[in-house]
Amino acid sequence: MVTYIVRRLLLVPLLLFGVSILIFGMLQFLDPVERASLYVRGDFKSEAQVDAVINRYCLNCPIYKQYTNWLVGKINPVSGEREGGILFGNFGWSRTTSQPVAQLIARRFPNTLDLTLWAVGPVILVGIWLGVLAAVHHNGIIDQAARVFSIIGTSFPTFVFGLLVLMIFYANLQWFPPGRLTDAYSQVVNSPSFHHYTSLLTIDALLNGRFDVFLDALRHMILPILTLSYISWATFLRVTRGSMLETLRQEYVTTARAKGLPERDVIYKHARPNAMLPVVTLAGFTVVGLMGGVIITETVFNYPGIGAAAAEASAQLDVITVLGFALFNGLILIVSNLVVDVLYGVVDPRVRLS
Amino acid sequence: MSVVTPTGDNELLGQAVAMRKISRLERLLGPDNYRILQGLLKTPASIVGSVLILLFVLIAIGAPVLAPPLNPNDPYTIPRDGFKSQPRPPGTEWRVKPPPLPFWWEAVTGKKQWVHLLGTSQGQYDLYYGIIWGTRTAFRTGIIVVLATVVIGVVVGAVSAYYGGWLDNILMRIVDVLIILPSLMATLILAAVLTPMLGRTTLPAMIALIAFGWMGYARIIRGDILSVKERDYIMAARVIGAQDRRILFRHIIPNAIFPTLVLASLGIGDVVLSFAALSFLGIGTALGYADWGQVLSFARNWMTSLNTYWYIIVYPGITLVLFVMGWNLLGDALRDVLDPRLRGKV
Repeated sequence: MVTYIVRRLLLVPLLLFGVSILIFGMLQFLDPVERASLYVRGDFKSEAQVDAVINRYCLNCPIYKQYTNWLVGKINPVSGEREGGILFGNFGWSRTTSQPVAQLIARRFPNTLDLTLWAVGPVILVGIWLGVLAAVHHNGIIDQAARVFSIIGTSFPTFVFGLLVLMIFYANLQWFPPGRLTDAYSQVVNSPSFHHYTSLLTIDALLNGRFDVFLDALRHMILPILTLSYISWATFLRVTRGSMLETLRQEYVTTARAKGLPERDVIYKHARPNAMLPVVTLAGFTVVGLMGGVIITETVFNYPGIGAAAAEASAQLDVITVLGFALFNGLILIVSNLVVDVLYGVVDPRVRLS
Repeated sequence: MSVVTPTGDNELLGQAVAMRKISRLERLLGPDNYRILQGLLKTPASIVGSVLILLFVLIAIGAPVLAPPLNPNDPYTIPRDGFKSQPRPPGTEWRVKPPPLPFWWEAVTGKKQWVHLLGTSQGQYDLYYGIIWGTRTAFRTGIIVVLATVVIGVVVGAVSAYYGGWLDNILMRIVDVLIILPSLMATLILAAVLTPMLGRTTLPAMIALIAFGWMGYARIIRGDILSVKERDYIMAARVIGAQDRRILFRHIIPNAIFPTLVLASLGIGDVVLSFAALSFLGIGTALGYADWGQVLSFARNWMTSLNTYWYIIVYPGITLVLFVMGWNLLGDALRDVLDPRLRGKV
C-alpha cells in the first residue's frame, strides 16, 4: 500500500510541471504587453511606460527565463516585495474585473464549493439508486424507462437543460429564481451582524441561526443542482446497472439465494457492495468533473462562482484571468485525482498491484 | 496435422457455417467488423439514431432550398429583420428586407409573404434560418474536428504502442497532462487565447477542440495495436524483413483501426455539443453567424420572460438535442456490439 501511494505521489510533481508548461505555453500566444498584466496593473499611460515594464519584467527574454520568472516571480529591488510568481499565488491582474486574479478566485470559489458540495449527494445517491433499481428489474418496464432516461439525459446539453428548467420553474411557475440570494437577504448577509465563519453561505447562515437566509440560498441552488446532477445520473445509472447485472450473475449470489436468503438481503447486502467498485471510481471522477461542469451551469443561472467568472473573462478575451482559473482548477484536479486514486487503492486491493 | 471433422450436432453446425453465404461486404470488412456493422443496423435504437442523423444530413444538403440566403456569397450570416431587441413569435411576417422566398412556400401555403417560421430571437435574428444553416456549421465543424483528432490520435497512439519504451512513456505522460483539465475549461482557454489572433470565426474553437480531443483515440488505438502487434502475421512480416514503417502502416493499423474509426465517427455528436457550448459562452463565431450555440445564447438575456419568449429556447434547444441524441443512440448500440461480454447476443 505504501509503495502504491509513494508511486502515485511521485507522479504529482510531474503532472504539476506538465500543467504549468501547458498553461505557460498558452500564455506565449499573448503579446508582451498583455503578459505584463501578470506583474502589474495593466493600465498603461504611454509607450515608454510599456517598454519599461517589458524590460523590467524581462518579457522579451528567452523562454526558460520567462518561465522561472512566471513561476517564482521577481523581487523588486526598491521595495523588496515579490512581483508575480504563480507559486506564491500571484496570478496577475484581472483586466475585466479590476482586481487581482487571486482575489477574484478567493471571492468566487466559496460559492462554487457551496454549490458542488450540495450537488455531490444527490448526484451519487440518486444515480446509484436508479442503477440498482434498473438492474434488479432487468428488462422490465423500470429498466426500459431507465435506459430511455439515460439516453435522453446524455443527449441534453447542460445549457439547453438549464434554460428549459429556468423557463418552466422560474419564468412560468416562479418557484426557483436564478442568482445567489434575493436582494433583501443579500443585505442581511452583507450587514456587519452576519458573521462569515466559513464563507460557505449555506453553512454560515445556519451558524448564524438564520434559517430564512439558508432556505433562500437553497431555493436559488435547486435548479443549478438539478442541472449539474441529471447528466451524472445518466452515467451513474449506466455504470451501476452494468456492474450490478454482472454481479447478480456471480455464483455467490446464486448461493445466497439457494440458502434461502430473502431477495432484499441478496441484493442489498451481497450484490450491491460488490457492484460498487467501478461506481467508486466514477464517483471520484464525478466530484472532480463537477468542478468543470460548473462553468456552464453557473453561467446559465447567473450564479456568482468561479465557473461563471471564467466564462465571462474568456468571453471578453481576458486571458490572464482565465489562465489563473485554469491554474487553480488544475491544482484542485491534480490533488483530488490523487485522493481518488489512493482511496481506490484502499477499496480495491487489485489496483495496488498493477 | 489431421483435419478435425465435426460430428453429430457439430457436423450440422459446421455445414451451416460452411454453407452460409458470405456477402461481398463481409469479405471486404472481415467477420469481426461485419458483425459490428450488422449490429448497428439491427437494433431499434440505432435505427432511430440513423434516421435522425439522415434527417439532419438532408437538412444540411437542402439548406439553400429550405432557407434561401439573402446574399448567396455569405449564407452563414443570419438575416435580421430590423434591430429591435424583443423576440417576435413564430409566424410573424417579415418586414424589413426579407430573403428570397423559397419556391415551395407558395405551393404549400399559397401566401406570397415570407414569415419567420420559428420566430425571431433577440435582435431580430431569424431562428428558422439560424437552425437550418446551423446544421451545416454543425456538420462541418464536427467532421473536421473528428477527422483531425482521429489522425493525431492514431499517429500518436500507433507510434507510442509500436515503438514502446521511453517514447511510449513520454507520449502517454503528455496524454495524462492534457487530460487533467476538464475538457470544457481547457478548450475555453485555448479558444480565448486564439481568438485575438484568428478573429471571431469557427477556427479558434475548432483548433481548441482538436488540441484537447485526440487523447482518447490515442489511448484506444494504442491498446488495440498492442494486441494486434503480438499476432503471428506481424511476426511473419518481420521475419521476411519488412520495414517498421511498412509493418505499422500496412499491417498493424489497418487491422486495429476499425473500432476507433467507428467510435470516432460517432464522436461528431459530442464535438458539436462542445462547439455549441463554447459559442453559447460567447467564444468563437461572430455575432449573427448561423450556429446553434450562438442562437441559443441569445436566450440568456431573456431568462425572466422565457414564458412569453419560449420559442427562442425551445426550437434551437430541441434541434441540438435531437442531433446529439441521434449520435448517442448509434453510439449506444455500438457499445453493446463492441462489448465482448455481450458478443453473440446481438
